[in-house]
Amino acid sequence: MSITAENLVWRIGSKTIVDDVSFVAEPGRMLGLLGPNGSGKTSLLRLLTGLKRPQSGRVLLDGSDLASLSARAVARRVAFVEQHAGTSANLRIADIARLGRFPHRSWMSRWTHADDRAVDEALKRAGLQDRRGDRWQSLSGGEKQRTHIARALAQTPTELILDEPTNHLDIHHQIGVLKLVASLPITSVVALHDLNHAAMFCDAVIVMQQGKIVASGAPDIVITEALLRDVFSVEARIETSPHHQRPHIHYLR
Amino acid sequence: MNPENGALEGRAVFAGLMLASLVAIGLAIGLSTGIGDLPIPLGTTFTAITNRLGWTSTEIDRVYETVIWDYRLSRALVAAFCGAGLALSGAIMQSLLRNPLAEPYVLGISAGASTGAVAIIILGLGGGVLSLSGGAFLGAFAAFCFVALLSNGTRGGADRTILAGVAASQLFNATTSYIVTTSGNAQQARDVMFWLLGSFGGVRWPEFMLVSVVVSIGLVACLCYARTLDTFAFGDETAASLGVNVDRARIVLFALTAMMTATIVSMVGSIGFVGLIVPHTARALVGPLHIRLLPACILIGAVFMVLADVASRALIPQQVLPIGVVTALVGVPFFSIILYRLQRAA
Repeated sequence: MSITAENLVWRIGSKTIVDDVSFVAEPGRMLGLLGPNGSGKTSLLRLLTGLKRPQSGRVLLDGSDLASLSARAVARRVAFVEQHAGTSANLRIADIARLGRFPHRSWMSRWTHADDRAVDEALKRAGLQDRRGDRWQSLSGGEKQRTHIARALAQTPTELILDEPTNHLDIHHQIGVLKLVASLPITSVVALHDLNHAAMFCDAVIVMQQGKIVASGAPDIVITEALLRDVFSVEARIETSPHHQRPHIHYLR
Repeated sequence: MNPENGALEGRAVFAGLMLASLVAIGLAIGLSTGIGDLPIPLGTTFTAITNRLGWTSTEIDRVYETVIWDYRLSRALVAAFCGAGLALSGAIMQSLLRNPLAEPYVLGISAGASTGAVAIIILGLGGGVLSLSGGAFLGAFAAFCFVALLSNGTRGGADRTILAGVAASQLFNATTSYIVTTSGNAQQARDVMFWLLGSFGGVRWPEFMLVSVVVSIGLVACLCYARTLDTFAFGDETAASLGVNVDRARIVLFALTAMMTATIVSMVGSIGFVGLIVPHTARALVGPLHIRLLPACILIGAVFMVLADVASRALIPQQVLPIGVVTALVGVPFFSIILYRLQRAA
């Protein structure tokens, strides 16, 4: 019970975006969040990171209510990688990773060796240790995403929340980012569109439709032909891949 | 080159730049006091200052000493602080609004100040109790409150804040034009126009005391927010996910820049382009991290404004150009280059 959501409800006006959502993210596992566009995935992730407050229900971090913690305290353990976060500031990769130390540093405190170690470790994890001096504007889409992940890892989080981290990346970088996240020893909650990728990399998945959770559990149990028809409105055949023993989806024309 | 050496080298370059800028400010102020209808050599300026501070007691011409101390030195120092304050405010606006074209007046502060000023000059509001500067400050404050209300206490995000600022500028500029065309005579209209373009004429030590205190407070407070400003690079959401109290940071920083800008505008008029071009120049020199960017803006802004003031007095003999004309003549070509480069990057 690394992150627990209890009956989360979030509305904009009279429209209910997240509707009575409860789940448990197991420590150290990768939890995939699936669902069609507009099913409430991004809103749910924002509730989990404390960026939005639910109208009712609560998020628990190892048993303590997220709402009772300061934004800084939350940022020390929960890191968030947004969907499209760009900048016109021509920062270096190392500068961006160092932003991750913000919640750990008190007002005007000096940069410490612990900060250095956290940043070095994060850059190494993201495979960017030799690219510290590269400028943001010169990076490819995949490198930008890995830089954001390095920044998030520099927060030394126990939970990492990612909103469609593979969007707009070529297949090589998509697999690279998912491998990276799956290899991390921390809990991760990842919104994904590619169901085959989710089936390959996630330890468990949650499927959302119109703000509600309609299925959850191990990918091979959750991802069924009936679910694809009902939730995603596509016809497909599913078989167990002989290469990775995970479900593989063949979409039908 | 290992990263440690790189960091050390970067720090040395930065320290060198800062030192060079301080020397440049000193020289620019010396130059500024020397230039005018009565040319004064740099050495005499130096002696006059040390005399007044009680460090030396060398005999120099009383006229020189009066001109230096009571007119030109205070003027040069006010110019330095105004340039510093405008550049600092511009850098903060550009970072918070994530817009390279943002500048200190983007929240309608100069438009508000002009309305306040004409209300005093032409309508005679305040019954003589309120000075032109006081009226301008109140007008600027009114514009800031208007923008804060329209943009939902700045919670509405960068785009909404910019739109609210545009609306405020239009409203207050229209009010100013209305008052000038319906109530003003030709001489008053000319006075207002001159005031709007900015001038350091008539500033003395009391003005210096005010602007130096306000800008110093602004600088220290903004430097405390340097790390927070860095987190805004990727937008409000990333800043919030790093534990920044985004609403509070925005309102505090907007209020600080509004305070500095309103004080400067009400004192010397709305001097354009310094707040736009200096932050871009500083960013090109020392990079986008605010702990370096903000001090660099302060120093470059100060040098630029003092030199612009020198140019405004020296370009045409026997006549003083409005300072806004000089900064805009330098500023517009620079602005064009930024636009051109933005277009190429897109």
